[in-house]
Amino acid sequence: MIVLRDIGRVYQTGGAAVHALEGVSLDVDRGEFVAVMGPSGSGKTTLMNILGLLDRPSAGRYLLGGSDVARLPDDTLARLRGRAFGFVFQSYNLLPRMTALEQVELPLIYQGTADRRRRAAEALVRVGLHDRLGHQPTELSGGEQQRVAIARSLVVDPLVLLADEPTGALDTATEADLMRLFSELVENHGLTVVVVTHEPSVARYAGRIVKMRDGRIIEDSRRLREWETHAPGEVGR
Amino acid sequence: MSLLDAFRITLRAIFANRLRSALTSLGIVIGVSSVIVLIAVGQGTQQGVTDRIRGLGTGLIFIESSAAATTAQTGGGAGLAESTLVQGDADAIEANAIPGVAGVASRVAIDAQVVAGANNVGATVISTSSEYGEVRDLGMLTGSFITPLHDQEGWMVAVLGTRVAETLYPGEDPVGREVRLSFGGGRLTLPFSVVGVLEEQGGASEANDQAFVPLTGLASRIRFLYTPTGDLRVSQIDVQAQSGADEARVKEDITELLLFRHETTQPDFVIQSQDDLISAATEVSNTLSILLGSIAGISLLVGGIGVFNIMLVSVSERTREVGIRRAVGATTRDIVKQFVTEALTLTLFGGLAGMAIGVGVSLAVDGREIGGQVMTMLIQPWSILAAFGVATAVGLASGIYPAYRAATIDPIAALRT
Ligand SMILES: Nc1ncnc2c1ncn2[C@@H]1O[C@H](COP(=O)(O)OP(=O)(O)OP(=O)(O)O)[C@@H](O)[C@H]1O
Ligand SMILES: [Mg+2]
Repeated sequence: MIVLRDIGRVYQTGGAAVHALEGVSLDVDRGEFVAVMGPSGSGKTTLMNILGLLDRPSAGRYLLGGSDVARLPDDTLARLRGRAFGFVFQSYNLLPRMTALEQVELPLIYQGTADRRRRAAEALVRVGLHDRLGHQPTELSGGEQQRVAIARSLVVDPLVLLADEPTGALDTATEADLMRLFSELVENHGLTVVVVTHEPSVARYAGRIVKMRDGRIIEDSRRLREWETHAPGEVGR
Repeated sequence: MSLLDAFRITLRAIFANRLRSALTSLGIVIGVSSVIVLIAVGQGTQQGVTDRIRGLGTGLIFIESSAAATTAQTGGGAGLAESTLVQGDADAIEANAIPGVAGVASRVAIDAQVVAGANNVGATVISTSSEYGEVRDLGMLTGSFITPLHDQEGWMVAVLGTRVAETLYPGEDPVGREVRLSFGGGRLTLPFSVVGVLEEQGGASEANDQAFVPLTGLASRIRFLYTPTGDLRVSQIDVQAQSGADEARVKEDITELLLFRHETTQPDFVIQSQDDLISAATEVSNTLSILLGSIAGISLLVGGIGVFNIMLVSVSERTREVGIRRAVGATTRDIVKQFVTEALTLTLFGGLAGMAIGVGVSLAVDGREIGGQVMTMLIQPWSILAAFGVATAVGLASGIYPAYRAATIDPIAALRT
């Protein structure tokens, strides 16, 4: 579904060129749960931005569902981004003074979808916030805010959910809750998830771990996910 | 994104910063309302002056001595001693049967104190003939105007303007009573009996503060009214043109006649029709309107700069919001739409409130006396449209650049903050 070939991203800062990404090739298939790990400054966020069409690569090819998206005009890219990708950030990035329901409706406004309210409410139910629809960010815990952000990214039925250190600001219990939510979405709804993390405890939920260093992929390993080693029915205990 | 959605986002942003939005709109409110009010003042003044000139009668042509004339002053009594016009001129206009002339009335205006018992008031005394009342369309409250009999016999009778009558005989009918006119600072005082009081004249008509006496009666008693050659000096000659007569033609004929009589080629008098006076007054008040409108326009511009400024602040405060919206699929056009809608809404709110206040103030002030001047306000629909149109243009202009700035915000950098 996603094919990256020799992707490079160069930042020009005051004469010096920073190669944030260099020769990155990566394929992600539908239904995969990928964890991206690597030291700070290794280009993880840059990779996510390029995957999510927020940024354009300086070199290489990006095929999304078979078509080259690297040269699409900005506004086409924006529409595609809104429909195909959901973003979850470490700092939640909710809008102030808006209820959870309104936050989740936001992507639908730009798609011109009818039935926004109902779909937003459904997405919030899916992340377990059916009783927090009218709460504003200041009235929610960090974990709940992140769930609202996840609902916001799910509401458009995206192809891929991109999460950049989604649990970086949360305690371990909340982290486990969220990761179980991601696993459930991958397992039962066929969602594709790419999550950037420093935590092995997060990465172990993923079926594939991509390790980066200095703008390059240095390791790409697939393995059985944790729950797949257990008997069915133990998920979420 | 639909316009309705853009408007919802706008309302949310505006209400999130109620005070700031209100103050921003206030600039536009003041601008729009002052455009409407000041143009209403300018146009009302013009209307008032025009009405006053029309109110003098119809088809009137005024002749004044150049020395005494001050343009557009139709009843001034200054400078009788220097006047080059004499009664003979008036008689000649009548005697030469100039086509289109229906009537001629000359008048002598002298400032005097009018005294009745303990009361006295300064007034311009118009020494004229019985025709004057008809030429000037002067209606009577009580009694009669000067009659042809008074003219013939040179009787010492007076007709009072309303305000003169009210000051001298408050709450009484002065007809049949005596007033004394004191000329030249008391050097000459003559008694007159009141035969009539004028109806209140419209607007700020000078007739309310005047007294009218037969010229024939006064002329025999005041010697300085005559030229060394024995002609009676007059301040002004009013010619009534027949309805439908070519006034320009009449003016030319009279000019020719007077030049001949005064034995000169350079006119030593000014001849103006009512239309001349109206167009002169219109010119003056148009200049006034433009001046007032420009001042108001500047305040509208300042209001627009306020909106511009606040929109810039608003955009930079909401960098992160823009990043988030872009991440969930907003195009640059969506972002532009959002901020332009916000600027437009601020100015349109301001524009509507300004319109209401401008019209309200104009209506409230209309007909009130302010600083001794009765205000006539003429609200012009075009001034409302213009103010509103300019406010909208200002809103667009001050929204586009900030919106463009917002649209070019790099979403990655915005989300990193
Ligand atoms: N706008 C920019 N201009 C210049 N250099 C940049 C810019 N953004 C990122 N970089 C550089 O690119 C490199 C990769 O940055 P990136 O944010 O992708 O790292 P990361 O792996 O996400 O790090 P972390 O784990 O700390 O979030 C870094 O060396 C960074 O300094
Ligand atoms: Mg990062």
